Amino acid sequence: MPLTPKTTTPKISVRNLNFYYGEFHALKNISLDVPEHRVTAFIGPSGCGKSTLLRTFNRMYDLYPKQRAEGSIEMDGENLLTTKQDISLLRSKIGMVFQKPTPFPMSIYDNIAFGVRLFEKLNRAEMEERVEWALHKAALWDEVKDKLDQSGLSLSGGQQQRLCIARGVAVKPEVLLLDEPTSALDPISTAKIEELVAELKSDYTIVIVTHNMQQAARVSDYTAFMYLGELMEFGDTDTIFTNPAQKHTEDYITGRYG
Amino acid sequence: MSYAKTAENPIYRRRRRTNVLMLSLSSGTVVFGLFWLAWILIVLLMEGTDSLRPALFSESTPPPGAAGGLANAIVGSLLMVGFGTLIGTPVGIFAGTYLAEYGKTSVLARATRFINDVLLSAPSIVIGLFIYAVYVAKVKHFSGWAGSLALAIIVVPVVVRTTDDMLRLVPNSLREAAVALGCPQWKMITAICYRAARAGIGTGVLLAIARISGETAPLLFTALNNQFFSTDMNQPMANLPVVIFQFAMSPYDEWHRLAWGGAALITLSVLGLNILARTLLARKT
Repeated sequence: MPLTPKTTTPKISVRNLNFYYGEFHALKNISLDVPEHRVTAFIGPSGCGKSTLLRTFNRMYDLYPKQRAEGSIEMDGENLLTTKQDISLLRSKIGMVFQKPTPFPMSIYDNIAFGVRLFEKLNRAEMEERVEWALHKAALWDEVKDKLDQSGLSLSGGQQQRLCIARGVAVKPEVLLLDEPTSALDPISTAKIEELVAELKSDYTIVIVTHNMQQAARVSDYTAFMYLGELMEFGDTDTIFTNPAQKHTEDYITGRYG
Repeated sequence: MSYAKTAENPIYRRRRRTNVLMLSLSSGTVVFGLFWLAWILIVLLMEGTDSLRPALFSESTPPPGAAGGLANAIVGSLLMVGFGTLIGTPVGIFAGTYLAEYGKTSVLARATRFINDVLLSAPSIVIGLFIYAVYVAKVKHFSGWAGSLALAIIVVPVVVRTTDDMLRLVPNSLREAAVALGCPQWKMITAICYRAARAGIGTGVLLAIARISGETAPLLFTALNNQFFSTDMNQPMANLPVVIFQFAMSPYDEWHRLAWGGAALITLSVLGLNILARTLLARKT
């Protein structure tokens, strides 16, 4: 029985999802609906499967031969897990930002243009406009506008992470997956990225994995609590944090374990 | 049993003694190695520098008793090392890419790595004999191409190994970031992984060039030698290592001087290539 917030339309519907790392059964019969144009947070102690679940949405596990998923994940009515699904097209619609900043070894400008060039043919002016737009979206434009030709690796950690967000936004995906995007950042960069999430949700469906409970409470509309590969509870963030239905959830968010 | 934490503590004293012993041993071996290297360089420079005159580069190898240079051997070496590198490098890079990006730990990849390591340590004279048997003996003459092929076979395993190692140093997070944008695998490899590993791969190619510049044995059976200036790759071709070998064994003093000059030239070029390789890698990391 899937857990569905009643007031919104689902963007991604997960049904009976099981995931294996070789022999290890990492996700157990997960069913949930990710609502469109909202921020959904996955929380839970280390090893509970929240990142694993996030990484099934763009089939990142395809890179690793021993990992496999069973069940279905539907986006706009299409099952993403079938072999018919064109994986590159899928990933162009579902952007992802990782825990550690991963700028490409190229200029700031090319870091952003790289993804755009994969699916669009823009002239110089259009591309410059797109790069500026994406950097504005990621609240990075003012800091880098005079050094777009410098290497992306020359930026600070927080700037690199916002560059990665700009890179993800630039290809205009429909969904943005954030895998602990602020865990390696200082509080100021964290605050900037949280503001960004709030701003981006009008255009994108956002799913964020976080270890930081306050962050989940601050940025998300819906929260899913996971434990040992199972989805324990899913509902709107206020309810989960103030009046959780399960003892497990309450223990976790009050800091009794994890 | 516990001891006071003073300088007399016997455990601490034993550790200090071990430290002094290990430090002396390792410093001693460093000095030992550097001593021979320095001696080789000093002798080469003392004996070879008076031959390093413009004539060395402009005149070809002389008959006994006459003056001359090594122009034919220098050009021959450059041609064969150049073509050997041009043939061997793409093969090595593609194979290394297969191992690091596609084969990974599959049976085929592991077998390839093992055989590559065998080839890496194969005596170069065996490679010379192999080209002699499959090419020189068939066309019935020595040639520059045969020499280039033998050198290419030495280049391949070096480049395969460094390409494989350097690509495997590229963090998976960078690959994930690329494919997460909808980037197909070939594009990820060429646009992201090669770029991240290019200093290391370039260093591998430079080291391979340094390795083949001094190889004598594979050229003895393939390019042989040529007393005259020739750029015809289908003819026997002069080259520095074989000229050094023949001139050093000869009874003529002029030839001895030229052999010293050639040896100094090769050593300095290889030294230069190694320094270039180190700076490339250092600038990256």
